[in-house]
Amino acid sequence: METNHHNQSWMKKYVFSTDHKTIGLQYMFTALSMLLIGFIFVMIMRWQIAFPYAPIPVLGRWLPARLAPNGVMTGAFYNSLGAMHGTIMVFFGIVPLAVGAFGNYIVPLQIGAPDMAFPRLNMLSYWLYLTASILLLSSFFLPGGAAQSGWTSYPPLADFNPGQTAWIVAMLFVITSSLLGAINFLTTIINMRAPGMTLWRMPVFVWSEFVASVLLLLAFPPMEAGGVLQLMDRVLHTSFFLPKEVMIFGVLYKGSGGGQPLLWQHLFWFLAHPEVYILVLPPIGIVAEIIANNTRRPLHGYKIIVSSMLFIGALSFVVWAHHMFLSGMSPILANFFLVTTMIISVPSVALLTCLIYSLHGGSIRFNTPMLYALAFLPMFGIGGLTGLPLGLTPTDIYLHDTYYVIGHFHYIVVTGSIMAMFGGLYYWFPKFFGRKMNDTLGQIHFWGSLICMNGIFFPMFITGMAGESRRLWVPTAQLHDLPVQHWNVVSSVSAWALFLFQLPFIYNFFHSLFHGEKTVENPWHATTLEWTCPSPPPHGNFTKPVRVYRGPYEYSLPGAHRDWIAQDIESEAAA
Amino acid sequence: MSGYYRWLGLPVEASGYAHSIDDGLLLIHAAMLAIFVLWGIFFAYLLIRYRRKDGVPAKRDSGHGGWGSLVPDFIVMAFEIGLIVLYAIPVWSRIKVDEPMGKVNTIDIVAQQFAWNVHYPGPDGKFGKTDPKLVSFTNPVGLDLKDPAAKDDIVLANEIHLPVGVPTLFNLSSLDVIHDFSIAPFRLKQDIVPGMMIPVWVTPTRIGTYELFCAQLCGFGHSLMHGRVIVESEKDYQAWLKSMAPAQAASQPANSANSF
Repeated sequence: METNHHNQSWMKKYVFSTDHKTIGLQYMFTALSMLLIGFIFVMIMRWQIAFPYAPIPVLGRWLPARLAPNGVMTGAFYNSLGAMHGTIMVFFGIVPLAVGAFGNYIVPLQIGAPDMAFPRLNMLSYWLYLTASILLLSSFFLPGGAAQSGWTSYPPLADFNPGQTAWIVAMLFVITSSLLGAINFLTTIINMRAPGMTLWRMPVFVWSEFVASVLLLLAFPPMEAGGVLQLMDRVLHTSFFLPKEVMIFGVLYKGSGGGQPLLWQHLFWFLAHPEVYILVLPPIGIVAEIIANNTRRPLHGYKIIVSSMLFIGALSFVVWAHHMFLSGMSPILANFFLVTTMIISVPSVALLTCLIYSLHGGSIRFNTPMLYALAFLPMFGIGGLTGLPLGLTPTDIYLHDTYYVIGHFHYIVVTGSIMAMFGGLYYWFPKFFGRKMNDTLGQIHFWGSLICMNGIFFPMFITGMAGESRRLWVPTAQLHDLPVQHWNVVSSVSAWALFLFQLPFIYNFFHSLFHGEKTVENPWHATTLEWTCPSPPPHGNFTKPVRVYRGPYEYSLPGAHRDWIAQDIESEAAA
Repeated sequence: MSGYYRWLGLPVEASGYAHSIDDGLLLIHAAMLAIFVLWGIFFAYLLIRYRRKDGVPAKRDSGHGGWGSLVPDFIVMAFEIGLIVLYAIPVWSRIKVDEPMGKVNTIDIVAQQFAWNVHYPGPDGKFGKTDPKLVSFTNPVGLDLKDPAAKDDIVLANEIHLPVGVPTLFNLSSLDVIHDFSIAPFRLKQDIVPGMMIPVWVTPTRIGTYELFCAQLCGFGHSLMHGRVIVESEKDYQAWLKSMAPAQAASQPANSANSF
């Protein structure tokens, strides 16, 4: 590290920075903003779901008439919000937060590296992601509005619906960003580890980012190709996903035909199923770090946890068509994906079991990060268990495309991933900014969020079980949904309440940024390397050369005079 | 619609295979509940038992060998293998792979944004030729009226009549985008892909009127794309067929504006 980096200009330091920590924070602010925007979109949608055809209060007056005449949202606008909510939350919110923000900031620190392997590539990843985000959001102002074919964008609908071209271009940008990021992470983790940091001494969080990067690298290219093909269908009038003689708004399409709509679904889900594990594995890594730290004992079954992650990663490439049991693909093929889907649940159970067993014999501190990590376990459990009737082919016939599916994956990614990442924010905030977040506000945020999230998603199992389809602009139009309509109201009210409980978090975050209680370099008495450098770490991270002598979770070692020994400490006596 | 839902919140069972799907749902949810409750009790116990107490250090060794914690895994795995072999594959094969034997009532379904066109072969039992080039507002399935087999065909919009107890084979196709043919009381659901003809069958077992709806996002009017399924006795069904046949040489227009 050249020393002249210490006195760089403000622009170079905070905007066009190649420092992994600045880029990590840039990712964090952008991703959190995108999560908030995606959440606002769904809060608007939930008004229409709870009270169909009622004018949207307050906001309705400000929306242009083409989206919401007299404040009542149109079906097209509803579908736009739905497609944008899904796309933003998955590709522009959770993944950039889990990989771009936490991964960027924490991984080099935890392996004892001065920066990422390719700092400029890292900067490029972020700027591609920011460009994609701006492009995606601005598509609302295009003629015809934003994409409205669902986040899955199935052709032929997506080949002709307005807004889709902008969606594809934004996706191509974000995919490219992710691919560059994945290469960077893999190179960093493989090549940049400090002396002594063997693979089996890497913290679980680093392993989770490693597996997530492999998945990103291998799963995104088919989707990127698919995106290009769909773009060509739209712009150059090719027919990759269009069969012969398809009608568009009652008119026979003049294209050559001969394509296959199902091809897109295979390309899409080949990415989008591993994507689920990209959404879930880094948060599991965060939970593992927090649990080890707050039980004051090593994780139970470190090797089982890591092996399970690797196993899940490999297997996640052969389960994609369980999203397609009823898509029209051969029903005999479904049996293969049924079996692989059941197999992948086994390492997932192993992961959860190990994390719970880690509590056994511990000395559990219930601080704010730990509350989030603990809540993750049963909530992720519900998400995983409800995957069972969806993964089994006969029961999926009934539950497919109902609200049950929505409930299932929101339990995984909201009460699971997002809760875990909130925990991660409270846990690493002192490292990011050298100050602590307020605990009381943190607890209000925690309990409020936990209750409201369950209030949103549990009713979805009930409406789904009653047969209510997802993506319904007017749920009351279908008479069989009327008896469960009140549950939609419960969901919506909980969603708005959830927003209110995010206000203490937002206040806490910004207030603590400037006025929070100052902390030392290792406030949680943790063992991993990121806690051995100053908070926040300087450019180049470590003030002295790092050497690793032990595993990641050396807590409560008998004979040591305190209950933690950092990875870079050679002899127990020195601790 | 009171009495429509059972305790799991499922709609009434109105087809031959509905109960085998419901049995699976019941069994799996019972297992899920048991796993979650047992697991929740253990979780709560750990949290209380091992909360931080001054002067009590954490134990590094939990007293279970690392691999001992895989026991729940083996239990889950055995349960899942049982489900696959004894339940999922046989039931799925019966519903989706096998075709019904004996007397079968065949109906073509042609989906479009945002309506269901229902095409019966009529008294001669033969479907007239169809051609997408002939599709128009008054001829929604593109029936070729020059074909003699087409003369007695019946085409309805958003309404299906079925005789109770007779296996019915639906040939699903779509004119424009992907739709999904879904009737909750039958536990029937199948995507309809343009360019493909997808067969799906069901035996209605209960007389009544049910709702047919689209379950795959098909555009801004997706939620309005629904219709009626009327299951009636063989006698009523034949009477209905007779009442339709003579007047139905030409077809009835499908209207995108839903009239359900």
